[in-house]
Amino acid sequence: MIAPDWFREDRLPHIYCTGCGNGTIINCTLAAVEEMGWKRDETVFVSGIGCSSRAPGYILTDSLHTTHGRALAFATGVKMARPDLHVVVFTGDGDLAAIGGNHFIHACRRNVDMTVICMNNHIYGMTGGQGSPTTPPGAISSTTPYGASEPAFDLAELAVAAGANYVARWTSYHVKELTKAVAAGMQTPGLSFIEARTQCPTNYGRHNKLRSVSAMIEHLRSHAILVAKRDRLVAEGKPIPEGAFTVGELVRRNRPAMGVQR
Amino acid sequence: MSRTEFMQGNAACAEGALAAGCRFFGGYPITPSTEIAETMARRLPKAGGVFISMEDELASIAAVIGAAWTGARAMTATSGPGFSLMMENIGYAAMTETPCVVVNIQRGGPSTGQPTRAAQGDMLQCRFGSHGDYSTIALTPNSVQEMFDLTAKAFDLADRYRVPTFLMSDEIVGHMRERVTIPDAVEVERPRPLAEGSLPFEAGDDGVPGFAPFGSGRAVHVTGLTHDERGYPDTTDPEAHDKLVRRLVAKVESARREIADYEVVNPDAETVFVTYGPPSRTVEQVMRDRPDDSIGHLRLRIVWPFPEFALKVFPNAKTFLMPELNMGQVVREVQRHVDQPVVSIPKIGGELHTPAELVRVLEVYR
Repeated sequence: MIAPDWFREDRLPHIYCTGCGNGTIINCTLAAVEEMGWKRDETVFVSGIGCSSRAPGYILTDSLHTTHGRALAFATGVKMARPDLHVVVFTGDGDLAAIGGNHFIHACRRNVDMTVICMNNHIYGMTGGQGSPTTPPGAISSTTPYGASEPAFDLAELAVAAGANYVARWTSYHVKELTKAVAAGMQTPGLSFIEARTQCPTNYGRHNKLRSVSAMIEHLRSHAILVAKRDRLVAEGKPIPEGAFTVGELVRRNRPAMGVQR
Repeated sequence: MSRTEFMQGNAACAEGALAAGCRFFGGYPITPSTEIAETMARRLPKAGGVFISMEDELASIAAVIGAAWTGARAMTATSGPGFSLMMENIGYAAMTETPCVVVNIQRGGPSTGQPTRAAQGDMLQCRFGSHGDYSTIALTPNSVQEMFDLTAKAFDLADRYRVPTFLMSDEIVGHMRERVTIPDAVEVERPRPLAEGSLPFEAGDDGVPGFAPFGSGRAVHVTGLTHDERGYPDTTDPEAHDKLVRRLVAKVESARREIADYEVVNPDAETVFVTYGPPSRTVEQVMRDRPDDSIGHLRLRIVWPFPEFALKVFPNAKTFLMPELNMGQVVREVQRHVDQPVVSIPKIGGELHTPAELVRVLEVYR
């Protein structure tokens, strides 16, 4: 249960569509914040543009809703100038991996001490469902009417390669695991990246034979395989199931970090 | 006590920022502004500040805005191509009323143009470059001393009016070396704090809201969307947008007299040079070479908001002559405020007008 004093109740109703998974991820994040014992006046939420990025507007702390793709650069300025503040970034797949891709890899490289949560719904939701860098090959969107023809980015693996100290991936189905991962990220000095795959029934599911919310969540659940299971399959020389993606903790390490409060 | 040094313009700019309490610099190397970043990289850590080399200019201005929202005095420095990249976030700073300073050491454009040559080609870009309606402040130094003084002043204006504020210099003044007097301390005016019971974007009579930096317990929501006085998005109500954007423009434009900074020579003159930045140095040379009360000079140290009332200081003026290092930008602003002929003396290519070039024009028009 999230303490209601973390929400801006005067901002309700929110803009999210029926069945959207973003609320679940906001809940998991605030549960982790509560577990950390952070105070409202020492926590700052930062975001870019898109459905995910509206989240800070519903949370009763200082918050910076910025320009498309640039949230991590703004957050870097906040954290480097005030290392005593806790900085959490909400972003989406379009915001982070398309227009903000350069800021993403450099924020991971710098390893600035903040927690980045990407609501990856595989689509540009706010503008009505266009293909993004994480749209799976073959998926239908308004700009991929014959099926997405580009390979997709693996955001979590990208963060690992670029140097983030903590990287995990879960989905809106894995509420407990996701909450634990966000808290673990918050505890880890340096940049923590948590990819939360989530459902967009309105603009993604509808066009991809996943019309109901439950079908979308079941799709996420059934295609998620634990990192350990993936490793076992690879060791045994067995194939990874079609369309599967790993979930769990991908890295937890202690590279030198920036903006850590002394 | 103050100290006198022989210094480069870009170094003086950095020293002016430090003296004014700048404690955050986010930047990306670009000719001919790089010495500012280099000086800040060397000096800021020792002054308890943060220097960070960002991945591009979009990130530089973003980091500066983020730092400014923690209450730090924050700055970036760039030149044409980088300035173009910053435009979207400059609009964000205007919309969110973020006090910050952007230095543009102008070079020849468009595009990559002339990296090592001077220009004043970004004067309209700094006024109108981001999309939508807004107003900002632009200072135009003509000496190394003014690189120090006006950089320091830019921070006060940014804080006073809560606007992104530009130091619009150029390669000539940035790379010029001159004597500069550095005071022991610079007086600093910080933003008015957000009063208890006031909303974060509720403005007083001057159109400027109080400032509650992050961490001060006021839970301020900052957004580039059209917002109400609480800072909450209100993107479809025509009245909400009209009220906000008119205030953003009016808080600067209605303070034109208070912000104005200019020098007048020979107010009774019939032929008047209007300048800003280094072309003023050529005009000063011309006037030293041939003392003549019928030639006047209006030198703007602040171009935006444009002080049109300063043109009325010359009641006998028959002609205004305006040398600029561009194809005629600020001259348009002069033309729309006076009835007399206004003659543009454009020069591009990177060199300053010579005194002889200005004298030739002077002979034609007087």
